[in-house]
Amino acid sequence: MGTNLILVLVVLTNLKLLASSRLGASIRVVAAQGMVLGLLPVLAHVHELSLHFAAMALGTIALKGVVFPWLLFRALREAEVTREVEPYVGYISSILVGLMALAASFWLGGRLPVTTTGVSSLLVPSALFSILAGLFLIVARKRAVNQVLGFLVLENGIYTFGVGVVAETPFLVELGVLLDAFVAVFVMGIAVYHINREFDHIETDRLDRLKG
Amino acid sequence: MNALACIPLLLALVLSPLLFGVINRTKAFLAGRRGQPLLQIYFDLWKLLRKGAVYSRTTTWLFRAGPMVGLAAALIAATLVPLGNFPALIAFPADFLLFAGLLGLMRFFTVVAALDTGSSFEGMGASREVFFSALTEPALFVVLATLARQTGQLSLSTMFEPVSGADWLRAGPVLALVVIALMIVLLAENARIPVDDPNTHLELTMIHEVMVLDHGGPDFAFILYSAALKLWLFAALVAGIVLPATDNAWLNLLLALGGMFGLAVVIGVIESVMARLRLLVVPQLLVGAGAVATVALILTLR
Repeated sequence: MGTNLILVLVVLTNLKLLASSRLGASIRVVAAQGMVLGLLPVLAHVHELSLHFAAMALGTIALKGVVFPWLLFRALREAEVTREVEPYVGYISSILVGLMALAASFWLGGRLPVTTTGVSSLLVPSALFSILAGLFLIVARKRAVNQVLGFLVLENGIYTFGVGVVAETPFLVELGVLLDAFVAVFVMGIAVYHINREFDHIETDRLDRLKG
Repeated sequence: MNALACIPLLLALVLSPLLFGVINRTKAFLAGRRGQPLLQIYFDLWKLLRKGAVYSRTTTWLFRAGPMVGLAAALIAATLVPLGNFPALIAFPADFLLFAGLLGLMRFFTVVAALDTGSSFEGMGASREVFFSALTEPALFVVLATLARQTGQLSLSTMFEPVSGADWLRAGPVLALVVIALMIVLLAENARIPVDDPNTHLELTMIHEVMVLDHGGPDFAFILYSAALKLWLFAALVAGIVLPATDNAWLNLLLALGGMFGLAVVIGVIESVMARLRLLVVPQLLVGAGAVATVALILTLR
């Protein structure tokens, strides 16, 4: 029940991200999604609770709920942008694409021969949906901050997928993945700052020509 | 036919204008005013019914038919909606299609009557009404389809009876999503605040009110009363999902009534704390309601 609730929240936050034009609100939504996902391994393996899961939950919540948003808000403040003005795909169309992706994820999730150790039948579909929504955000938005958010959502999807098979995944691998995501967001934060300083904007569609 | 089946219809006929009274008193209370009497809308209806009607020479029979067809459609729709454990007067498989169709007919005649006046303002209101309802209707259908799938029933009376209680424990997320979507549909269909402001009298921003500007006297009373009935029916649907069911049918009826007036208080609070959305943002809200309902449908389909 608890895990189902979390997974439905993940689906809803993804849809909210597709519909939201305000970058600050989007960052908060991704932070909330990260925090909720941090609780997922604890709730999913409530009968075999150990230090491993507790450490993973704490690490995830601290990184995805606090550190990443902080880095992104700093990048946002330095770049002085608040909203995505003209995305490649509009917000209402984005929601419709998201719904189609959700239907596809559920269709696919029912056919994949994955053993999720009986955590929840929603786990694989919502993980797939996070991955698709993240990819779509990266493709359909112009602002660099939104693309970082898409990358984070994509990573959240892979993380959700991992929770289902967590018993077989070594602790070190998970730490490595978290560290990779951290480095990526850190580098992107700096990159956004530099792009903004060089070009006075962070619209990636105008970065396909050299300056001058 | 069971005599008890008349109870939902009778309660709707008698009590529906009271919902507006509760909403108005809630808004007045939150704004620090004393507000109009709870029964003010009954007085208004009585006053309007005793008046004569004035018709412009540019209007045709369509203008006069609008309020009457609207009221008739609302009355028939009221015979289809159950309350608590009491089934509706008329119940047959797939009657929710008739319910949605009657609401559509009501809206169509309001729109046609508005266009018949030839006023440009009413044309604007009609255009907005049609645009927004094109977005709320899919959401309403997906909500009803989800409930039909969840309960395995195809009639409004049987569909809403088994919901709540054990279902909330088993399929809580689905029902919560359905309630959220249905609540947004309720606010949009009844021209309440995030979508339309019932109090404003600036023609450029109104939707429902601007369409009925030229109606007066008994015609306006009909429109007011059918709007009250429509709000009552949607409130009954929401209360039917949310409230827990007990074994005692009369207790359930009381709970449902309490829930509906509680819902009126909630609407009053929403209207007090929120501003009306910009017209450009309203479609996003309505598509969002449809999206939430679709998520619920997908969750039940797996």
